[in-house]
Order: sequence, then structure tokens, then C-alpha cells
Amino acid sequence: MTNDARSEISLHINGTTHRLTVDNRRTLLDALREDTRHIGSKKGCDFGQCGACTVLVNGRRVVSCLTLAVAAEGAEVITVEGLAVNDELRPVQEAFVRLDGLQCGFCTSGQLCSAVGVLAEHAAGWPSAVTPDLSPDQPHRPLDADEVRERMSGNLCRCGAYPSIVRAVLEAAECEEVNR
Amino acid sequence: MNTHPQVLDGTGAEISGLSAPAIGTPRTRVEGRDKVSGKARYAGDIPIERLAHGAVVTATIASGRITAIDPSATLASPGVIGVIDHRNAPRVDPEAGSPFFGPDGQLQLLQDDQIAHGGWPVALVVAETHEQARAGAERLRVSYVEQPHDIAFSPGHPAARPALSAFGPDANKGDLDAELAASAVVVDESYTTPAQHACAMEPHVATAWLEGAVLRGIDSNQAPYGIAAQLATLFGKPLSDVRVQVEQVGGGFGSKTGLGPQLILATMATMLFHRPVRVALTREEVFLATSARPRTDQRVRLGADRDGRLRAIGHEAAFEISGKSEFIENCVEIAKTLYAADAIRTRLNVVPLNILPVASVRAPGTAPGSFALESAMDELAERLDMDPLDLRRRNEPEVGPVSGLPFTSRNFQLCLSEGARQFGWAGRDHRPRRRREGHLLIGTGMAGTSFFTTAFPSSATITAEQDGTFTVAIAAIDIGTGARTALHAIAADALRVGWDRIRLRIGDSAIGPAWQAGGSLGTTSWGWAIVAAARDLLEQLESGPALPVSVTSDTTEEIMSRPHRERHSYSAVFAEVAVDPATGEVRVRRLVGRFAVGRVVNPLMVRSQLTGGMIMGLSIALQEEVVRDEVSGRQVNADFAGYHFAANADVPFIDADFVEDHEPDDPLGMKGPGEIGTVAVAAAIANAVWHATGKRHRELPIRLDRVIED
Ligand code: FES
Ligand code: FES
Repeated sequence: MTNDARSEISLHINGTTHRLTVDNRRTLLDALREDTRHIGSKKGCDFGQCGACTVLVNGRRVVSCLTLAVAAEGAEVITVEGLAVNDELRPVQEAFVRLDGLQCGFCTSGQLCSAVGVLAEHAAGWPSAVTPDLSPDQPHRPLDADEVRERMSGNLCRCGAYPSIVRAVLEAAECEEVNR
Repeated sequence: MNTHPQVLDGTGAEISGLSAPAIGTPRTRVEGRDKVSGKARYAGDIPIERLAHGAVVTATIASGRITAIDPSATLASPGVIGVIDHRNAPRVDPEAGSPFFGPDGQLQLLQDDQIAHGGWPVALVVAETHEQARAGAERLRVSYVEQPHDIAFSPGHPAARPALSAFGPDANKGDLDAELAASAVVVDESYTTPAQHACAMEPHVATAWLEGAVLRGIDSNQAPYGIAAQLATLFGKPLSDVRVQVEQVGGGFGSKTGLGPQLILATMATMLFHRPVRVALTREEVFLATSARPRTDQRVRLGADRDGRLRAIGHEAAFEISGKSEFIENCVEIAKTLYAADAIRTRLNVVPLNILPVASVRAPGTAPGSFALESAMDELAERLDMDPLDLRRRNEPEVGPVSGLPFTSRNFQLCLSEGARQFGWAGRDHRPRRRREGHLLIGTGMAGTSFFTTAFPSSATITAEQDGTFTVAIAAIDIGTGARTALHAIAADALRVGWDRIRLRIGDSAIGPAWQAGGSLGTTSWGWAIVAAARDLLEQLESGPALPVSVTSDTTEEIMSRPHRERHSYSAVFAEVAVDPATGEVRVRRLVGRFAVGRVVNPLMVRSQLTGGMIMGLSIALQEEVVRDEVSGRQVNADFAGYHFAANADVPFIDADFVEDHEPDDPLGMKGPGEIGTVAVAAAIANAVWHATGKRHRELPIRLDRVIED
């Protein structure tokens, strides 16, 4: 491969298909930010260490800085711009604003995508490192603060908005429980 | 931008149809909706036509000089537009620097072949895409001759010398030696703190371009006006030909108060290649090439009578500094004002080394300084067999202990009593290693502090528009503090109109002189300028002039004519920790902080800021530490896997709140909550770890290997 090899790919982002020619080295993060103007996803480290670039790929959270754009071809990508439905914020977004789960806001897109992932993972019964009982057939336990802290720990926030983030995710979880 | 924040009641529920004063009302962030939907634009998000990208090449040696740079492979690399190094870079003014610390060698990028620290930028590769720039940078061959570097910090270093005195002289009150000799109990201990980084989540990024003679910049920073002024001096341009803008900033914590390498290099590149150029520092470059908080070594001597009355406070500190830039890490500041004592003596030295320049990181001076002083106070309480809270109650000064000046408002005791009550401090067994839960050792600790406050001259322009709205323009910036929302509230109240009639413009150096988002004094200084402009404008409007009418304020005279007094914020922090002696792990279970920070404009956001500050204090206590390799002289943990700060699972719910407080010499009664949250936390946690384990930690961070027991 030469250093400037390019590929034509299709990316499905927030329900829209984008046809792109990308440098094979292009990360999904850069393809989102530079090629398709999804600037909500942020580059805090480009190294998989901060979570600012977190998006949902086929419903699962990934760090888009460690995902090559070519590897996301054909997948359904949801970014922070795609979380609101018809311009109406999701409960978790609304809770972030109201409970001040953000300060500078730079980690926020990643936190939100991660939170949506956490809610889905928990609803699907996936345990975390702090889940007390891992035996099968456990009854569904509502999320608690320790679970949220653990599951959200891939998303660094230097402003220290963590306590409000935990509150916001718990509130959104409650909202989803009620809706279920 | 959606500028209709929600108004909240005491429980956080939304209230509608409220027409109370905007100041004092909890309100969600003006830009909150934009931030949660990915619409808020940061410096690296703004599209520019014909943009080229710059990638930085940093020195791999810590001392020496460049002997050759071979750009041939880079120039042959696809998409590369050019390379800038010391041979072709535009010349800059060696006098450029800051008003406090003078000429700053860190601004002299690509001016010569000398290397004074590992990570110093030696070239910029400019290319069509950022991958191409990065690939080109990797191919640049730079040869060096290495000289021995010196990164070994110690207070007795032969090159040690007194720090600049711009922040006030050493304290020399009374006879320290005589008072120590007359004391019933003496503490004489040394405390060390490591270098630390601000680690704002947004790496430094700038885009520069020329529009005719005007140099335009979009830059992630904390001081659009100050940085435009520095940039103008550096490149020999009139300030009117330089304009620096930014909409949102992804945190700064001090690291973006000065002109950063990203904007200098982007400016050079646009001058040479006649294209708009963006330089986005990588996370590693933020660690290696911006700035850090210095290592400190502090000797604290305390002497007291049996009843806990302080006779002597000695605080002598040294901190490291680069050979390039001056700075004052004023660790000894609070020893001059926090407690009464017959003798107070402070000294502050610097040790120049081959290290990254040091500069502000949240609560410069007071964060490491309070760790030393407030740990020593705990040791004194231990030796007196006394409640550490009582020790702090017993030494309340009536006037500035060194200056003799009156305090404007001093609510330290209120912070102590409110914090203690909330925490449940009463009845604590003060002896160490008494509480266990299974294999865990439990302890509690406390610390207090003050934080210097003032206001800095700024200007604001307010225009009464024909449609009944007011345009309020000030070169302020919101780096996550909530300044935008707070200034909006201040303007609404000052103009005596509802929220919706204010249009606020910030983040643009062209608006006029204004203080930075720094020193915890951004909103305080900008708010004053808005109040002053509103006052004059309302006066002018009384005669019913034809609209629009504009008024520009300048608060220099008002601020400078204030009487000399001791002006400080105060805090008390209480911590509970659980220590696992088998693993050395310290978990913070509870943190309670009470703060006297003047009048609170927006309780929701001030609580957030104080909480975030306390979390940074927790990280400083337990995690943060720059590790340098003695052989290469470079920082080895220049990423988030190696440089740790608190993740969500490290942080308990935090109770941060304020007590009633008011600064009489400020038109809004404000002080500033930006940094004080960080200050007393490390000492409170260290004191709690002693209480749990019986072991004193005089060296930060309190790492596992320092705690673990056989
Ligand atoms: S930018 Fe992807 S994890 Fe930090
Ligand atoms: S809100 Fe600033 S990093 Fe999280």
C-alpha cells in the first residue's frame, strides 16, 4: 500500500448515507468531523484514552478515533447530532442540560453517546465490573450510581462534571424504565 | 444559538414565567442545548476555505542544538506544501511576553538551533490534509548534538535563586527563630509536589490566515484580547491588524491563558504559504510543548503555645522553572494571610532546569502551597493533641497578619463551621488508625484555605438598539465556567430589563481590552465593565436620544482607586477516605466543601465549578504526576494512559456549597469561584489518609506504592 492509498466508501451516519473517498488512514472520527461535518464528535486524544470521540456503531459504543473509516463501511453510525429525534432532545440530553452535566462541553458528545450505550447495555442485561451477582437468570436490577460511574469511566471529563453526569444518566434510566 | 436557558427552583425543577433579578437565580447554560446536540463550535470545528494543516515536530533531546534538518523525504511526501524550521521561519520580536513576567522565550519558536527542553517544537510540516502533514512530519530527519541536560530538582540546587517579586515581597514579620524557640510545640517538615498538567479535554488548536494586512486567528484560548496583543507584539504588527476569535473553548485551567505554540506556528505557516493553516496539537504535544505546573519543595515551620495559639509560621518554598520563561508559583501566599502569628517568614526560590516552561495550572501556588501549610497544621494539631478544626478556629487574625490591612470580608470561620456541621465532624476521635471496616482503614481529615481576589481592568460596549434590545459586547470568553450565562444575567440586571432583551457578544479580541478567563477573575472583571457601561448608558438614555446609542466603559480607574485591603475567598474542605492497606488503594468516600466566594451569580454553575475544582484537587492528591526520564530528559507519561486524573468511578457524590459572602469593594459583590475549589482538597485527603493509617504523606501524589503495607 502506498502512503496515499484511498478508498471509496459509504458511511451511514444518523440515517443518511454519505459516499466518500477517504485516505485509508482516515479514522472514523476524522471522516465524521472533516468529511461529513459532524463536528459534535471531539478529538481529545486520538489515542483511545479519553472517550471524547465516542459514537454508536451498530448500537454499540466505540471510540471513533481508533476505528478506521473504511472499517465502518456499511455500519449504522449514530453521533451526538443523531441523538435528538425531530429536534427534540432525548431525556438524557435534556437531563445533562438541566442538571448541568457539562461545563466546557468538550467531553459531552462522547458522554452522551456513551450514556445511550450504557442504557441499552444495561437494559439488555449486560453486567459491569461492579455488578454484584453475575449468575444467569438474575432479575433485572435498576441502574444505581456505582453502576453508572463504572460504566461511564471510559469518558474522561477534566471539568469534573461527573456527579451531575451520574445524576443525569440515572434520571434518564428512570425515564426509560417508565417508558418500557 | 438557543439563548433561552431554563430557570430552576431549589430542587432543580424548572420554573416558568419568572421575572426576578437574573443574578442569584439558578439557570441552565445559555449554550447548553448546543453543547448536548453537537452544535457548539470549538476552535477546531470552524470550516475555512482552502485550509491547510500543520503538524509539529518536537525535539527528541532535552538540551543541545540542531545540527541539520533534512526535509527532502518530507517534501517528496504526498500533499506536503512545505516545512518551516529555524532557517526559514519569520523572525519575531524577542521582547514579546507577558505584563507580569516580562519577555517570554517560549514564544521564540523556530528562531534558532538551540534546544532547552525535550518536546520543544523544531519544525512544522504543512500539508493538504492532516494525515499527510503527520506522515510528512514523521519523515523529517533532524540531527542534533546533545549536551548534558539537568532535570534534577532540589531546593539546594546551585542555580537556585529568588523568584520574581511581582506578586509581592517575602514576609518578614517578627523574629521567626525566637518565636520558634519560645514555642511549646514545633513542626518542621518538608513537603513536595510533582509537576502537573492542566489537561483540558480540548487540545490546543488554532487556525490563522491573512485578510489583507489583518492577521486573523481562531484559537482555543482563555484570553482573546491578551493573546491578540501578544501576537501583535511578537510579529511586529499594530494590534488593529490582529484579530483573535473563538466561540467555545474546551477547558483551559490556566494552560490557555498565554499565546500558545499552535497559534504562533499557524501564523508563521500562513505568512509563508499564503493559505489558512490549522495547527492542532496532538495530546502528546499538549503535554510536551505547552506548559505545566512546576514541582515544588516546601519547608514549613510552625510553632505554637500549648493552647494552640500560633507564634510562628515559616514557609520557604522552591519550584522548578524552565530557562525560557519566568513564572511565579506562589506557594507561600496563604501563609501571609490565613492565620495570625507573631512571626511570619516566607521565601520563594526558583530552580532553572531543562524542562517545559511552567505556567498557570488551576490555582497556581495555592494548590501545592495549601497542601504543605494545611498538612503542617494537621501535624501541629496532632502534636498538640487537639482537634485540627479547633486549631484553625484559634488563630483567626483581625487584620492581615503581615500587611496589617483590614480584610474586606472574611468568612473563613463560617466555612469551617458550616463544613464541619454538614460533614458531621463533631465527636471525631482524633487519634489515627482507630476506625476499621473489615480490612479497610477509615479516616477523616480537613483543611482550609484562602484565595486572593481582585478585579482587573476591562472594557465593555453596550448598545441600546432601536428594537428595544441591548447588544452587550466584551472580549470575554467562556471556557466552561458559565461566564456567558453569568454575564447575560449581569447585563440584564444592570440594564434592568428581562433576559430576552440582552444580546451578548464575547470571544473576539476586536471588541476591546478585557481581562482573561484566569485568576478566578474573569466574570468578576467583565461583570464590573458591564455594570459600568450599563450605568452610563442608562444615564444617557434618560434624555431620550435617537437610537442606537453605544457606550464603552473602562474600569481601570475605578479598580485602581480602590483602597488597599486584604481581599480573599475562603474555603473549608472535609474528606473521608477508605484505605486498603493490602493494595495501597485510597478511595475518597465523601468530600464536603464550604466556600465563601462572594456573591454567587448563578448557583447551579458555581456549584458545578466548585465541584469540578474539588475533583481536580482529588486527582492532585491521589493521581497526578509528571514522570520524566532521567536519561532522555523527556516526560514519559505524556498521554492519558500514563498521566492519570480522576475518572467517573474515582469520584463520590460531592457536597460543594457556598456560605453567605459579599465583597464590599466590587459593584456586584463578587469574588470568584474558579480555582478555590481545587485548593484545600489535597491536604484534606492527605490528612484523612494519616487519620486512617497513621502515616503522614508529605509527598504527592499519595500513590499505591506509598500507602501499601507489608
Ligand atoms: S479522541 Fe478517541 S478516545 Fe480520545
Ligand atoms: S465538560 Fe469539560 S471536559 Fe467534561
